Amino acid sequence: METIFTDVLCVGAGLAGERVAIEAASAGFDTICLSIVPARRSHSSAAQGGMQAALGHCAMGEGDCPDVHFVDTVKGSDWGADQEVVRLFVDRAPEAVREMAFWGIPWNRVVPGRSTYFKGGKEFEKVEPTEKEGFITARDFGGTAKWRTCYTSDGTGHTLLYTMDNKVVQLGVTVHDRVEAIALIHDGETCTGVVTRCLKTGKLRVYLAKATVIATGGYGRIYRETTNAVINDGGGAIIALDTEVVPLGNPEAIQFHPTGIVPTNILVTEGCRGDGGTLLDVNEERFMPEYEPEKAELASRDVVSRWMTHHIRRGLGVKSAYGDHLWLDIRLLGEKHIKTKLREVEEICNNFLGIDPITQLIPVRPAQHYTMAGVRTNKDGAVYGLRGLFSAGEAACWDMHGLNRLGGNSLAETVVAGKIVGEKIVEFLQDYEVQYNTGVIRGEVTKQQERIERLISSKEGTEDVYSVRNAMQSELMERVGIFRNGADLQKAVDNLQEIYGRAKKVGLRSKGAGANPELGLALKIQGMVKLALCTAYAALQRTESRGCHAREDYEARNDRDWWKRTLATWKEGADLPTLDYEPATTYVELPPGERGYGVCKIISCDGEIIGEDKS
Amino acid sequence: MARKLKFNIFRYNPQDPDSSPHTDTFHLEETESMSLFIALNQIREEQDPSLQFDFCCRAGICGACAMMINGRPGLACHTLTKELPEEITLMPLPIFKLIGDLSVDTGSWFRAMYDKVESWVHTDKSFDPEADEERMDNALAEEIYELERCIECGCCVAGCGTANMRGDFVGAVAMNRIARFIMDPRDERSEREYFEIIGTDEGIFGCMGLLGCEDVCPKHLPLQDQLGILRRKMGWSAVKQLFRFGK
Repeated sequence: METIFTDVLCVGAGLAGERVAIEAASAGFDTICLSIVPARRSHSSAAQGGMQAALGHCAMGEGDCPDVHFVDTVKGSDWGADQEVVRLFVDRAPEAVREMAFWGIPWNRVVPGRSTYFKGGKEFEKVEPTEKEGFITARDFGGTAKWRTCYTSDGTGHTLLYTMDNKVVQLGVTVHDRVEAIALIHDGETCTGVVTRCLKTGKLRVYLAKATVIATGGYGRIYRETTNAVINDGGGAIIALDTEVVPLGNPEAIQFHPTGIVPTNILVTEGCRGDGGTLLDVNEERFMPEYEPEKAELASRDVVSRWMTHHIRRGLGVKSAYGDHLWLDIRLLGEKHIKTKLREVEEICNNFLGIDPITQLIPVRPAQHYTMAGVRTNKDGAVYGLRGLFSAGEAACWDMHGLNRLGGNSLAETVVAGKIVGEKIVEFLQDYEVQYNTGVIRGEVTKQQERIERLISSKEGTEDVYSVRNAMQSELMERVGIFRNGADLQKAVDNLQEIYGRAKKVGLRSKGAGANPELGLALKIQGMVKLALCTAYAALQRTESRGCHAREDYEARNDRDWWKRTLATWKEGADLPTLDYEPATTYVELPPGERGYGVCKIISCDGEIIGEDKS
Repeated sequence: MARKLKFNIFRYNPQDPDSSPHTDTFHLEETESMSLFIALNQIREEQDPSLQFDFCCRAGICGACAMMINGRPGLACHTLTKELPEEITLMPLPIFKLIGDLSVDTGSWFRAMYDKVESWVHTDKSFDPEADEERMDNALAEEIYELERCIECGCCVAGCGTANMRGDFVGAVAMNRIARFIMDPRDERSEREYFEIIGTDEGIFGCMGLLGCEDVCPKHLPLQDQLGILRRKMGWSAVKQLFRFGK
């Protein structure tokens, strides 16, 4: 078996993985990144609108500071976040943005003087200060008190990833692309690397490392309608869950983005609304001000997605062959703005919808977008349960997002967490030595070889992997979506358990030779259904509404009983996860209160009932 | 009535000793707004699960899915079948090493390109975490972004006459990258240093000016302009150097 040794192994070469790698390589450690695609195709590249950091240079960001960013983020999380982590994050975000500027990001800059902007369909004027000319500017995003989202047009993830990968190349970090980790190597206490499958040849290869980092992004592809890339199918979360000792944090925390285009679910950025775009219904009338007089289209994503769904349910959606949708209107922003600040949006509309957003409305509806859920780590990025294992970015539940992430905070998290976790790994490695146990390594390799042989020979059955995946995706979409209730969730759990049984009986129709795609999915399908079950089962147990988790049968946020984080592990042979709980945060800078948007119905820590339903 | 589409797809799995290069034919009924992303996945899921191709973002952003579509390089994800005739022939991109069927190894090719053009900001300064960022004119930031939009899909390389004849030609993608750094005041490389990278026949002087690159670029980057500007710059640089050597 080909075996490669390194100090630090980043599984995933998106923004988070590469930022960790840069920190480790800069400190002199041998570092390898693995990626299932060429690094620059990672899903980080698809992030459009921007990265939040409280620089406070632009006129509408005046007075901004990490403290304001902190409050926005905790409120956005509906108090589900670990406040110590949020504090770490907001304090380091400005530095991270400047560092990326130093490395080459062409951030949009402050242009002094008078200019106009749109809010709620109306035009306003602002004056950018002369003394700030040429500093990094920002745009407005949902759930924020200030304009704080730094951007390069609407290709911010793209420029960040290209610049980050340039830095990786400059430092000579090895990137092995088209390599997929299919199992962690561990003895129940220490992680010492991964078993991989080469996606060029199909061969297995072992990587042994003192520190292994899971930075594989989110897993939106367990849902049928998602903005995520096809590669976001949970590889990192699955190999963590397979260890039996590593928990997923808050698997029920799944974000729906308000503006996926219909029918392809491709994202158009929140920047559309941040820059002044509005949402319209079948009568081409705005509806968000009716529900959210204060924030309107710029409430947090969970809130906007819920009101959109609510409005469609009231029969005010636009009928189409692909189901009801609403309209996103950015016509008022004008040609110049769209052609400079919303270029990808324009291209997406032209190419995939055949419409011109300068003159036409964009059909949109909420689609799965982000997994706040992830591999649970402490504030240093060290994964619970295994020494030598770390995680960062969307793959991790660090946990600065709680039950709802703010737009612009995920790009920021990848870069800031990558930096912080990288620093902590460097500290960890200073006096850390590890022994590679050949028995453990061989045991894991043999297990994977046998799995592959069983799939190729259809030893367990002849279930078709694609129909199993489709059944799982539909189940989550229908019953574990934006609004949830006990009866549907119980049904989802029951059905997913049956689907899990089918997943165990998958056999290949093809020969499975080389980089065979059917085998790639078959190796993951049981893990994907396990992730789906973690989401559905944890959602069933959480009998409150918080952030993205909206229970129609438990409408209040219940701080008395549920100000806590779900931890899901999976024991060998089980058909449900084991759920444990920990306090959402032990450090409290901002006690639970009202968010200022969304339905305010709270059972306080003392059991007091606050607020009422607005609908 | 829906059209019946006929797909001729190049097949070869180098990892399978029983496989040899050939074309397979598949038939699909066209559906509304069908893209090649939808069509190829449908073929894989319903007809041949061994079919290899690459998609990632499926939104025209990541550059993973470039292939030869009826003889022309393009992104499969944003190509709608209604824009194509009933018979659709799909081949892998030339120049890049074949992985299998429609999948090629762009990763290794581009990593070599980054190393060759040293695709990063060269500076003697070090980052000061306490200081404000250096100022930049917004118009310049937007100009840099214009060239930074390249998604490294490989279409310009596949569509390039020179690159198809000589394997060491860096292609428009590398020239565009150099143009991006020349424009960026943070990169302190001199004209001479840039000249050493691309002032050769593998670089700007190898370009025959056919401009297939610009025709097939799915992001519509201004490659023609950049190649022209670079050729002028590097030409002058060569003359200046000759003059210096002449003294």
